[in-house]
Amino acid sequence: MTTESAAPPVSTDVPAEAQLAEAIATAAQPAATDSTPVQRQLVIINWSGEYDKVMPMLIMGSVAAASGYKAQVFLTFLGLLPFVKDEKRITGENWMQKMLSFMQRPGISHLKMSQMNFMGMGPWMIGKLSKQYNVASPKELLEACQLMGVEFLPCQMTMDMFGLKREDMIDGLGEPVGAATVLELMTEERTASLFI
Amino acid sequence: MTDAIHTTVDAKGLSCPMPIVKTAQAAKNVPAGELIEVLATDPGSVKDFAAWTRSTGNAIIEQSEEDGGVFRFVIKRA
Repeated sequence: MTTESAAPPVSTDVPAEAQLAEAIATAAQPAATDSTPVQRQLVIINWSGEYDKVMPMLIMGSVAAASGYKAQVFLTFLGLLPFVKDEKRITGENWMQKMLSFMQRPGISHLKMSQMNFMGMGPWMIGKLSKQYNVASPKELLEACQLMGVEFLPCQMTMDMFGLKREDMIDGLGEPVGAATVLELMTEERTASLFI
Repeated sequence: MTDAIHTTVDAKGLSCPMPIVKTAQAAKNVPAGELIEVLATDPGSVKDFAAWTRSTGNAIIEQSEEDGGVFRFVIKRA
């Protein structure tokens, strides 16, 4: 047991005015971090999960991290589904969650296009053209993002609604978070936010 | 600091964003003041490397277009 005195110890050998002057001088000094510029940040709200939206998200994220930005991507709604492991086929606990994963196979290698999908012909042709023109695949870009330190934050609400568990998701994702966390990130200094 | 190239990044044939990403990855293992040589064929890399060096504080000290549409950059690590 330690005993604590209610009143803080007051040193009696230094006059009160001197103590006050010292306190003011200390408070007026800028903190050491003020002189160094705040790191630039990119926050992307990834909410669509389609090939033609996921690609620019991964490209901007990887380049931001490569350029020394802190890059964070919030994975919400349909934008969470590409971050389920590729080998998962049916996910969820009840029949509706299972049905939804049947309607849109999750995983970064099974993206549909928002336009020109044509029963998968669109993504197939884009895949062929990407190889021909040496454009990295979504899977390769995702690996580059993770290597460069882009932080992917899954949305807790979306995980619950789709019945997704942590073991359904790819490795290396951050802790699931909510809108308030993302709002705080989006409104930090020197931060650009994108909804893709 | 030496004038010799410390690391060469061969990004020939790669499209955006991989030349930048590969260079940034390689730069992690290059000490300050050392030189990185980048070879790329993506015409967009000319503007992209200028922007990337402005963002990261690294400096392009040499830039040329070689035969076969290869862009060569020599970047000094900050």
